[in-house]
Amino acid sequence: MADLTSNFIGIKSPNPFWLASAPPTDKEYNVRRAFEAGWGGVVWKTLGSEGPPIVNVSGPRYGAIWGSDRRLMGLNNIELITDRPLEVNLREIKSVKRDYPDRALVISLMVPCDEESWKDILKRIEDTEADGVELNFGCPHGMAERGMGSAVGQVPEYIEMVTRWVKQYSRMPCIVKLTPNVTSILPPAMAAKRGGADAVSLINTVKSITNVDLDAFSPFPTIDGKGSHGGYCGPAVKPIALNMVAEIARHHETRGLPISGIGGVTTWRDAAEFMALGSGNVQVCTAAMTYGFKVVQEMISGLSQYLDEKEMALSDLVGRAVPNFVEWQDLNLNYVTKARIDQDACIKCGRCYAACEDTSHQAIAMKPGRVFEVKDDECVACNLCVNVCPVENCITMETLPLGALDERTGRRVEPYANWTTHPNNPMAVKAAE
Amino acid sequence: MTNSQLTPGVVPGRLPATAYREHFADKDPVFDRHEAQVAADRCYFCHDAPCMTACPTSIDIPLFIRQISTGTPEAAAVTIWSQNILGGMCARVCPTEQLCEEVCVREVAEGKPVEIGRLQRYATDTLMAKGVHPFARAARTGKTVAVVGAGPAGLAASHRLAMHGHDVTIYDARQKAGGLNEYGIAAYKAPDDFAQAEIDWLMKIGGITVKTGKSLGRDISLDDLRKAHDAVFLGIGLAGVNALRAEGEDKAMVRDAVDFIAELRQAADKSTLPIGRDVVVIGGGMTAVDAAVQSKLLGAENVTIVYRRTQDKMSASTYEQEHAASKGVRIITGAAPLRVHGDGAVREIEFAYTIEGQDGLALSAETFVLRADQVFKAIGQTLEGQPDGLKLEGRKIAVTGAGRTSLPGVWAGGDCAAGGNDLTVTAVAEGRDAAEDIHASLMAGA
Ligand SMILES: Cc1cc2nc3c(=O)[nH]c(=O)nc-3n(C[C@H](O)[C@H](O)[C@H](O)COP(=O)(O)OP(=O)(O)OC[C@H]3O[C@@H](n4cnc5c(N)ncnc54)[C@H](O)[C@@H]3O)c2cc1C
Ligand SMILES: Cc1cc2nc3c(=O)[nH]c(=O)nc-3n(C[C@H](O)[C@H](O)[C@H](O)COP(=O)(O)O)c2cc1C
Ligand code: SF4
Repeated sequence: MADLTSNFIGIKSPNPFWLASAPPTDKEYNVRRAFEAGWGGVVWKTLGSEGPPIVNVSGPRYGAIWGSDRRLMGLNNIELITDRPLEVNLREIKSVKRDYPDRALVISLMVPCDEESWKDILKRIEDTEADGVELNFGCPHGMAERGMGSAVGQVPEYIEMVTRWVKQYSRMPCIVKLTPNVTSILPPAMAAKRGGADAVSLINTVKSITNVDLDAFSPFPTIDGKGSHGGYCGPAVKPIALNMVAEIARHHETRGLPISGIGGVTTWRDAAEFMALGSGNVQVCTAAMTYGFKVVQEMISGLSQYLDEKEMALSDLVGRAVPNFVEWQDLNLNYVTKARIDQDACIKCGRCYAACEDTSHQAIAMKPGRVFEVKDDECVACNLCVNVCPVENCITMETLPLGALDERTGRRVEPYANWTTHPNNPMAVKAAE
Repeated sequence: MTNSQLTPGVVPGRLPATAYREHFADKDPVFDRHEAQVAADRCYFCHDAPCMTACPTSIDIPLFIRQISTGTPEAAAVTIWSQNILGGMCARVCPTEQLCEEVCVREVAEGKPVEIGRLQRYATDTLMAKGVHPFARAARTGKTVAVVGAGPAGLAASHRLAMHGHDVTIYDARQKAGGLNEYGIAAYKAPDDFAQAEIDWLMKIGGITVKTGKSLGRDISLDDLRKAHDAVFLGIGLAGVNALRAEGEDKAMVRDAVDFIAELRQAADKSTLPIGRDVVVIGGGMTAVDAAVQSKLLGAENVTIVYRRTQDKMSASTYEQEHAASKGVRIITGAAPLRVHGDGAVREIEFAYTIEGQDGLALSAETFVLRADQVFKAIGQTLEGQPDGLKLEGRKIAVTGAGRTSLPGVWAGGDCAAGGNDLTVTAVAEGRDAAEDIHASLMAGA
């Protein structure tokens, strides 16, 4: 078994799988059960200021989209931060941390954007023995209308200012949780770094409407005939999250800033991908909400099997794919592949044919007996056929070696060259005469 | 040889050579990766899953299926084996239609369960093929345990004991280890010598010595075992068979189904096995079905199972009955044998229809006769050769808790112990649990 012990900005946990700040970490009862099931750490459900607790709706708070077999692909919610009294949360945090000293316990915070509020809350959480704080600059619904959550996360100056206060009034490690509801994730990440954040975590949820009730003519979830936008999460948001994580990991100004990857992590493989693109650990919400706390056991066994097979330490995985995440203009335009259909694996559904014939490059021939073959002189290597084929690895892309003939262009495969030097590029960099 | 299905008498080689290979090949071949993926995707990862409760060894089925669906069947195998070290054999022989798959929520909802047994086989076969034995022995404790019987119960107990660091010696009366895995299970459920391959793999844990050809009562005594070892586990199965109590049952070609099956399992070339043209099997359980189906596969022209009670009382599952019917076996229920006719060897067998009354089964005056040149008796196995001094319950060894017998330091499990349901998987569970109990009591004294 590979060693999955994780050290994220000095916070140690037996594995890199943390539960994100959300319903799974709402109270002592849940968190104890999560730790028993094997979770390495939790970020406690976001706490607000002292005073009358937040009020949630008492109608439905989730919307969803499903894949085949009603597999939950995306979840949207209109839940606010914790609706339980501050003292109760603080007492429970202290009690859980005392009993699970080896697990990570981070407190998520969201209070109004003024220095006093932050100073006050940091003082109150001081003696919980928690390992760190996460600043919730992410929630896109409800709290944002009150000038908190993503309303802060969308203004880099605010991020920097609040982070600075937190670092000034607390010695705890500070993670800044970013919202994806921005045109570029880089300015918020840079602001967090300038403010002195020890790490960023992302993504929080994406502003969304999942569906519309076509009888009531209201967005769903419908509360007494009206709906409000929610925050979207689950497997469907993973691609968005991965890209944002990777952008921070590779940009020269933010490179090296520790990242806690969040957004659609459902299996060990998702977690490994986040880590390869620069996340030091991952946080999970929807997968636990869909399948219960036990899912972490598959994440643990899967990641450790993968590391064993690769003979890699966990720390070797972090950021391993970042150098290969480049701009389009850096891609090798002389790289040629061709689709190959494994006739033994083919179940003769014809989906590759329909896709290529109707919407791509007419490069698959349908022969008698439902035999499907790739026409090398037409195949542009888009790999749409690979993606629509229901059988994994039935269609693969074969790389043509240097010097081989590309039957489509009639040219031989040449060494690396990209768009920056391509003759069709009006801005092409001329080789020195 | 020129025998055919129509050749009278009990003769070998009724079928062309290729037919035997086909008939005794893997009944449900292992899934390939794609099939496994599709099957695994159907699992809902139920909470407190009914399948897991239905499995006598409580394998974490949702977890192992999720591990398959995320491309780590190796991790799935470890999940399975941690609960059931014979998970490979169980994947092949468990009547899943009466266990895990019967209660799968998709069976209940759609009549189409997740194919748990076949997924289990996919996982265990994957890691076994890599030659990996993923368990390691704890430091040696210096304690020794004798295990009598190398069937599923004895093997499961031995592995668990060895894993905890005890030294185990297995004694078995037969020439090969495996119990009914080797001598009983239908040939097409575990072809390619899987029983022995699995035992070789299991022994990789170390610390287990197997002594075959050693019979308790004949070559060794319980007293000696108790003196020489710190604990004894009995997994001797059911070595005896019930008598038919029909007139003429001693005629030639009337034999116990279990002997026929054992012989069949040991025959490398099935075409050398003599089989009747008209075969009658008496009984209603898994043994009766296996004897009948395999008679048909050997080329018998007519095979009939005759069971004395109504069809719903047959202990062979509906699935097993349908499998028999699909092979052309005829099932007659509500009839009991009266007498066997024949001159030396059986020629025909006479039955009376039965009437199910308030005080049990009675024979009616209505009779019929079936042509038979071979009759297999499959009316149940019984405990035989158990050592003196053990308290019995019914006709099995009485146990309390995790297999404790009436004698201190002696545990029992599997078919020979009271309770249970005479299935491979139950024998594994009982052997494992007894081992844990033995371990706890040996260490408490340490
Ligand atoms: C024909 C047949 C088909 C079956 N098919 C299935 C099936 O498809 N699925 C299923 O789940 N179950 C099936 N069963 C039941 C299953 O095989 C048994 O429940 C299981 O094997 C019991 O395991 P065990 O370890 O208790 O006993 P056994 O497997 O019977 O092993 C007992 C061992 O003890 C040894 N032994 C006995 N007496 C002595 C002695 N005095 N000294 C030393 N050693 C001794 C024997 O040689 C044997 O190796 C079938 C049974 C039969 C008879
Ligand atoms: C019902 C619900 C409530 C949430 N509440 C919070 C919260 O209080 N604080 C916070 O930082 N994030 C909150 N989140 C966002 C999650 O922590 C997480 O960032 C997001 O769900 C993406 O991860 P996932 O795809 O694994 O679910 C909430 C998410 C859900 C579904
Ligand atoms: S999950 Fe169902 S039962 Fe539980 S609180 Fe929500 S609506 Fe109620």
